[in-house]
Amino acid sequence: MNAPEPRDGREGVTLQGVRYSYEAMQMVFDLRLAAGSVTAVLGPSGAGKSTLLNLVAGFDRPDAGTIAILGRDMAGVPPGARPVTSVFQEGNLFPHLPVWRNVALGITRRRRLGPEESRRLDEALSRVGLTALRQRLPSELSGGERQRVALARALVRQRPVLLLDEPFAALDPGLRARMLDLVFALQAERDLTVLLVSHQPGELMGRGIDVIFLDEGEVLYHGPMAALRRSAAAPAVARYLGD
Amino acid sequence: MAFGAQPLTLPTWRSRWAGTIPGLAVIALLLAVLAAGLWALLSVATPARTLRLDAYVGGVVAFSLLQGTLSAVLSVGLAVPVARALFRRGDFPLRTLLVRLMGLPMVVPTIVGVIAIVVLFGRQGWLNQAWGALGLGGRIDIYGLHGILLAHLFFNLPFAARLILSGLATIPQAQWRQASQLGLSGWQVLRWIEYPVLREVIPGILGIVFLLCFTSFAIVLALGGGPPNATLEVAIYQALRFEFDVTRAALLAGIQLLLCLGAYAAILALGRPVESDLAATAAVRRPDADAITARIVDTVAIGLALLLLLGPLLALASRIAGGPLVDVLASGDLWAATARSLAVGTAAGLLSLVAGWGILTAARALRQVHGRPGLARAAELAGSMILVVPPMVLGAGLFLAVRGWIDPFAAGLLLVVLVNAGMGLPFMIRILGPALDRAGRRYGRLSESLGLRRWHRLVYADWPEVRASAGLALALVICLSFGDFGVIALFGSSDTATLPFLLYERMGAYRMDEAAVIAGWLLALCVLLFVAVERLVGGRERA
Repeated sequence: MNAPEPRDGREGVTLQGVRYSYEAMQMVFDLRLAAGSVTAVLGPSGAGKSTLLNLVAGFDRPDAGTIAILGRDMAGVPPGARPVTSVFQEGNLFPHLPVWRNVALGITRRRRLGPEESRRLDEALSRVGLTALRQRLPSELSGGERQRVALARALVRQRPVLLLDEPFAALDPGLRARMLDLVFALQAERDLTVLLVSHQPGELMGRGIDVIFLDEGEVLYHGPMAALRRSAAAPAVARYLGD
Repeated sequence: MAFGAQPLTLPTWRSRWAGTIPGLAVIALLLAVLAAGLWALLSVATPARTLRLDAYVGGVVAFSLLQGTLSAVLSVGLAVPVARALFRRGDFPLRTLLVRLMGLPMVVPTIVGVIAIVVLFGRQGWLNQAWGALGLGGRIDIYGLHGILLAHLFFNLPFAARLILSGLATIPQAQWRQASQLGLSGWQVLRWIEYPVLREVIPGILGIVFLLCFTSFAIVLALGGGPPNATLEVAIYQALRFEFDVTRAALLAGIQLLLCLGAYAAILALGRPVESDLAATAAVRRPDADAITARIVDTVAIGLALLLLLGPLLALASRIAGGPLVDVLASGDLWAATARSLAVGTAAGLLSLVAGWGILTAARALRQVHGRPGLARAAELAGSMILVVPPMVLGAGLFLAVRGWIDPFAAGLLLVVLVNAGMGLPFMIRILGPALDRAGRRYGRLSESLGLRRWHRLVYADWPEVRASAGLALALVICLSFGDFGVIALFGSSDTATLPFLLYERMGAYRMDEAAVIAGWLLALCVLLFVAVERLVGGRERA
């Protein structure tokens, strides 16, 4: 299947001939994501959604092919040095560190922050509405607050690509919608390239985003969300949605 | 948006394999030390002489196997009713305390256990005094096979009971609910619910206890009663220390090594691995708990176990109270020996922690980053190689390996530190390994994503997660090394005496009152050291 061209010509994330095998499954990815775009990754469990994000983040290495971010080849670049930041479903925070320290780790590993670092930290905490909770430990926060801390850290890291691996799956529907609103607002403010794994396609409708539909490690569809049900992948999508 | 603070290209090998290098270096060093010791042994053992298995060597081998087998069968056989009783009495108010008490022999130095048993059962002991007071003829003699078995029971019955208890705790709650609904009797519960678990865990426990008793040194040396009751370990010591017969020591060490390898292979092949997980020993409601026979059996089992455990310790406490407390505590010898023991224990513990950490982080990287679980397991097994190389064999080997360069007696304490650190490695790997793996699973990707490596990963991700386990493992290894009377017997002298060595010297000179006080001092320091290290290093949470 053909991937859509980046709409404004700027390259965000490109996977070219990427192959990755996991147990008996052989995955193949050929994708081009425009810089500043939001792309949802959909598909049944075990389809390879998280693997796709792990390959981009550098947690897994492809057996073959190249991954480029902002036009730069990522071969041999460790996860911490890539221009991406990830938010997972769980395990985003160190439980023994207070909110501010968890966020500040995105800026520096030193114990003391300089004036500019403090300003960035305060700005990020304020943007996600956590200024008042900065001294709390993760165990003293709700699920939604914990994920907002993770988003604040993603902000202070100032990486152009944001990878979200079902970060809001454990939240109730109302809170999930508000968190998605926050992500879209941050994306628009900072011109982020967002790759978002989700099991709730209904919540992404009407946001004008692209979608990648995966099944058994293969990209069956990559294009506007609105056209997904009319694409060649429609039967697989119908099975996935239980229609 | 600004990006570009970090370099975008790092050499691939550096980021992916760097974490395994220190651990693999530790394993290489460990194997080199073991190989040097074993090679030194083999090189002095000329084939013509080593192949001559005379009656003495045959007798030593036979006695080692006999006492090891009897000790293991008795300890594990009697531990079954004790573990069942502790498991069945889930509502007993002192149950938690009892289970904790069962862990006491783990921190009681062997030589202290020996003197406690002598104080209770020896010629001047409580039991013989009571025997005499009753006007009964004859005396109980603690020295010989029965004394060895009693001491092995003291140390290993509680240990085996805790392991069996952990095994019983793995029975799913649903099975107990089924048993209650069906109204199963005590016998039926044993046959259908407990027996399948016992059948799986007991062979492994038997193997471990056999290995511990087979390589037992201090107990056999002190309670064996002479050459007819010598084990291989004691015979190696006698050959090196008194007869200077290096070839005989090498032959005995070779036999010991082969038999230990066989026993270890049998343990690996037998049943499922045994875990001592006290957190898993939560009480369950059993349908057979209220039967009168069950109550009687459990009371007798727990009562006898307590008597075996606390009887000797109470006798020791009483002897200490009536002993020359002030004189002994004021003696310079005691303080010098205390300082040496503290130095040996701390150095061995820290060395073991550093080496164990290196091996385990390498194993974790192999398992979680490189997807090589087989290699990870091999690295952990290599770190536990000391289990098949008994300390006396390693000590003898190192003695021979270094004697060309330095005086082994002058460097005795260094060798003791080295051997004790090696002996601590299996504990490190067993206790620290699961915690480090857990830290990797929880925070590995987060750390990678934030670029936290080496020191920063240790500070932010690993240490907070493994701190409690590290505290427990370090406390255990420091205590074991602090109270160890193994290799020090080989290299020690009055000038380099540690507390256990000093205690054995006093026992050998029949100064039992002084020995009892030293034993009390040693035990008190051991417990204090354990608690202090576990708290200071491990923090408030318990592993």
